[in-house]
Amino acid sequence: MFEIRCPYCGPRDEPEFKYGGQAHVAYPADPELLSDEEWARFLFVRDNSRGRYAERWNHAAGCRRWFNVIRDTGTHELVGSYRVGEQPEDAR
Amino acid sequence: MKRLDDRGRIDHDHSFEFTYDGRTLTAHPGDTLASALLANGVDVIGTSVLMSRPRGVVTDNVTDPHAFAQVGTGSVTEPLMRMNEVEVFAGFEAEGRLHQGLLPTERESTRFEKRFAHCDVLVVGAGPAGLSAALAAADAGSRVILVDDHPHLGGALLGGEKLIDDKPATRWVADVEARLRANPDVTILTRTTAFNNGDQGAVALMERVTEHLPEAKRDGRALRRMWQVRTHELVVATGATERPLVFADNDRPGVMLAAGVRGFLHRFGLVPEKLVVFTACDDAYRTAIDLAGAGVDVQMVVDVRKDPQGSLIKRTRELGIEIRDNAAVIGTDGDADGVLTAVRVASLDGGVPEAIACDCLAVSGGWDPLFDLHLHVSGGSRWNRKLVGFVPDGSLPGIRVTGAAAGIFGTAGCRRDGHVVGLVAAEATGHGTTADGPAAPEGHDANEGPTADFVDVPGTERIHAFVDQHRDVALAGVDRALGSGIHHVEHVKRYTLVGTGTEQGRTAKVNAGRLTARHFGLDFAEVGISNARPLAQPMTFGSLAGRSLGVRFDPVRTTSIHPWHVAHGAIFEDVGQWKRPWFFPQGNEDMDAAVLRECAAVREGVGMMDASTLGKIDVKGKDAGEFLDRLYTGVMSSLKPGRARYGVMCKADGMVMDDGVVLRLADDHFMATTTTGGAAGVLDWMEDFLQTEWPYLDVWLTSVTEQWATVAVVGPKAREVMAVLAPELDVTQDAFKFMQLEDAVVAGIESRVARISFSGELAFEINVPMTYGLALWEAVFAAGQPFGITPYGTESMHVLRAEKGYFIVGQETDGTVTPLDLGLDWMIADKEFVGRRSLRRSDMLRDDRKQLVGILPVDSKDRLPEGAQLIDSAEYEIPVSMIGHVTSSYESSAMGRTFGLALVRNGRNRIGETIYAPLADRTVAVEIVDAVIFDQEGARRDG
Repeated sequence: MFEIRCPYCGPRDEPEFKYGGQAHVAYPADPELLSDEEWARFLFVRDNSRGRYAERWNHAAGCRRWFNVIRDTGTHELVGSYRVGEQPEDAR
Repeated sequence: MKRLDDRGRIDHDHSFEFTYDGRTLTAHPGDTLASALLANGVDVIGTSVLMSRPRGVVTDNVTDPHAFAQVGTGSVTEPLMRMNEVEVFAGFEAEGRLHQGLLPTERESTRFEKRFAHCDVLVVGAGPAGLSAALAAADAGSRVILVDDHPHLGGALLGGEKLIDDKPATRWVADVEARLRANPDVTILTRTTAFNNGDQGAVALMERVTEHLPEAKRDGRALRRMWQVRTHELVVATGATERPLVFADNDRPGVMLAAGVRGFLHRFGLVPEKLVVFTACDDAYRTAIDLAGAGVDVQMVVDVRKDPQGSLIKRTRELGIEIRDNAAVIGTDGDADGVLTAVRVASLDGGVPEAIACDCLAVSGGWDPLFDLHLHVSGGSRWNRKLVGFVPDGSLPGIRVTGAAAGIFGTAGCRRDGHVVGLVAAEATGHGTTADGPAAPEGHDANEGPTADFVDVPGTERIHAFVDQHRDVALAGVDRALGSGIHHVEHVKRYTLVGTGTEQGRTAKVNAGRLTARHFGLDFAEVGISNARPLAQPMTFGSLAGRSLGVRFDPVRTTSIHPWHVAHGAIFEDVGQWKRPWFFPQGNEDMDAAVLRECAAVREGVGMMDASTLGKIDVKGKDAGEFLDRLYTGVMSSLKPGRARYGVMCKADGMVMDDGVVLRLADDHFMATTTTGGAAGVLDWMEDFLQTEWPYLDVWLTSVTEQWATVAVVGPKAREVMAVLAPELDVTQDAFKFMQLEDAVVAGIESRVARISFSGELAFEINVPMTYGLALWEAVFAAGQPFGITPYGTESMHVLRAEKGYFIVGQETDGTVTPLDLGLDWMIADKEFVGRRSLRRSDMLRDDRKQLVGILPVDSKDRLPEGAQLIDSAEYEIPVSMIGHVTSSYESSAMGRTFGLALVRNGRNRIGETIYAPLADRTVAVEIVDAVIFDQEGARRDG
């Protein structure tokens, strides 16, 4: 059970949160301009890397805000959290 | 074994009776089930799982391979309880079921509790290392929780005669315990097992609170309590476990682990008559020395090593105990019950074996450090050749392994390392510094010789030389696995089941791994052992569930009208967490009869239903319309205030996610309704896009599901009922059109009334604040009496909507169905919305996609099961190609026949064709028809 730092509420237990997959995958600005392959890549393909990974969490049973977490997928170390609009280097 | 009156930590002055396998036995306070059985001469505790061989207690701790019992009787019985953990009391009842238990037949929500706790330093294990760590951390100012699975602190010190500072070690334990108990920031939990380590210091503990007490002394407290601790620093001081040696008939009752024999003496005052020790390490000599000191006839120490040296060996010799080096026990003999009577000893260089009479053989093959809590979070391990055991490899943030768990075996070494680890942990939590901390304790440990890397006795008979006694796997079984071409230790484990027992193969895994490595001429350090996964000890489901059973398992949501439904005999259906009336049987009606009656009332007269559970989301802000346009396939921004529109939303992959009617209440205020089960997901979905994709939109979302009660008045006579209920509201068709909203006083209650229909009939949905729901419902019911108003439930609602071809999310859709598949092309507006791009992916344009159609069984009385597969021809051979499946199937009162909805490949182009549903007992011919079967012209919605 992770202890996740919500940037708005502080550290809380994982059951309060909902996972939202890889961070910084924006919904394409104009999907109609994308080829089937480009669109499929957006829909279905995500990184699955070992090491530091930026991912989305929602404080579902708390403030209900979405934010981002840097997690080491090899060790489950939670390096830090940052708000929507901030960058990974802002994580703390 | 016999009991010595002056030994052990039990209360010799008191005794009581308990029952095992129906026999009445005697025990003393402080006895475990295992010690009590040994004291009563119950040498055979049960038989083995495959070969039905007699088995006895092997050791004094939870690693025992088969000391498991069924505890308690009747409905509250618990299976596979560890005999060395279970404490007996007057009236205690147990049964020897070593491998397969019985499940309780009743759930009792008061037997188990849960609680949460936070601390700076959690120390698991209260032996010399753990106690030293806890004391150092606590003295530095940390908040400490110290846990140990025994009733008393001390760990291995309780099972020996060691000295600390020239005094008995138990004196030191008592002193440290007193200092810890005097510190208000220290919590000591005995009888507590740390069984799981999660990430960021989330450790789960199971505390046996009153399990060891007779019923009368439990005072209503729980049997066990699960603690979920979040700790900053975790100190793993869980010690080590002894492993056996492998030789013929090593499973006889009487063959035990050496430290276990010593433990039974020091903890319970139990000794055999005649003892032989068989060892590959120095530690087992302590058993010979201690038992000789207790007056036991120690016949011999058989040591596989050549010429062992060291202080323990010297002391053994001084006591006049014969040491046979470079020798092994090659077999054992037993009496008619199979209980040990003699061992056969031979030199490892060969020669004639010699029989030595004894009733106990104490075996030690060496020690395995126990550090599961490090392994649970992907900590590594490595084979230490000098120790002949695995030790933790690498360090993990916030986790420190110390003492025997880290491969440090001497008491002085454990105290020193524990002390330092305690200081470091405290410093990490901001308390004290390692530099200024108190000095580590002095003292040094006896010089012990190396452990021999020895598993099985060469040339021993292999059929009954057991590697895993719990699973009844002998050398021959391992041979068979290795001979079959298996060469990975994980595969050996699965083929033979070595190490998969209830006790998790504590005494078997390392030996099995070494045999595998040797067979292939590999270095064991490379082969390794099979993974240690949580839980560190098995726990019963009941104790993990705690009170979260029955009504406390999941919240139950009911509407304010619920009491009326209950009083009027509704049968309920669970929809998400909501209880919804499924149907309202009258008299002796069954479900089919009730549903036919309810549906007929709606089509011919008037019905009413509680629609309060539908999800309702308030969408406010100047960009609310734009926001909804981006999520729904249709346009919502063009709605005029006071009007409503049906909408469908898709996931980004173009699959239908949810549907509902959107009401525009004001220029900047909408209310979106969702399916009952989908409400939370839709709100999450909306919030996600609002917060992360379009944070610049001026929109605010609020769940108002529980703020509004909704009563639907449905049927040709609905207008007449409304006229009675709301005399000031003009309900004529010209004044109050389909998909129109009106604020009105209904039955004296300020209401929002909408002409929305989910049945195709004339319908009014009356929304009032939730607290007025029941009052409104009762008023509608009373006003409708002259018109025969009929309350109906979700089943009739499903039939009525299916007759009209209205799909239900989750019934007609399953995450693979697009709006186009459902025939909703007319709802796809010419604008961008989430998921739109997916609708022109090549796969979406295939002409053989499954499409929603109606189906009419040719035999109009035959009702198909929902989920039935559909095929092209009546005659078929398996395998046969499936062209679709039935999604809904009912009997229609309006049409006087059965009908259904189905998803069929290219279905809309096949209307009029006959296809078949192959069932177990018959094949049903069905005609494909338009999804809208009843009232195709839509003439009924305006009454």
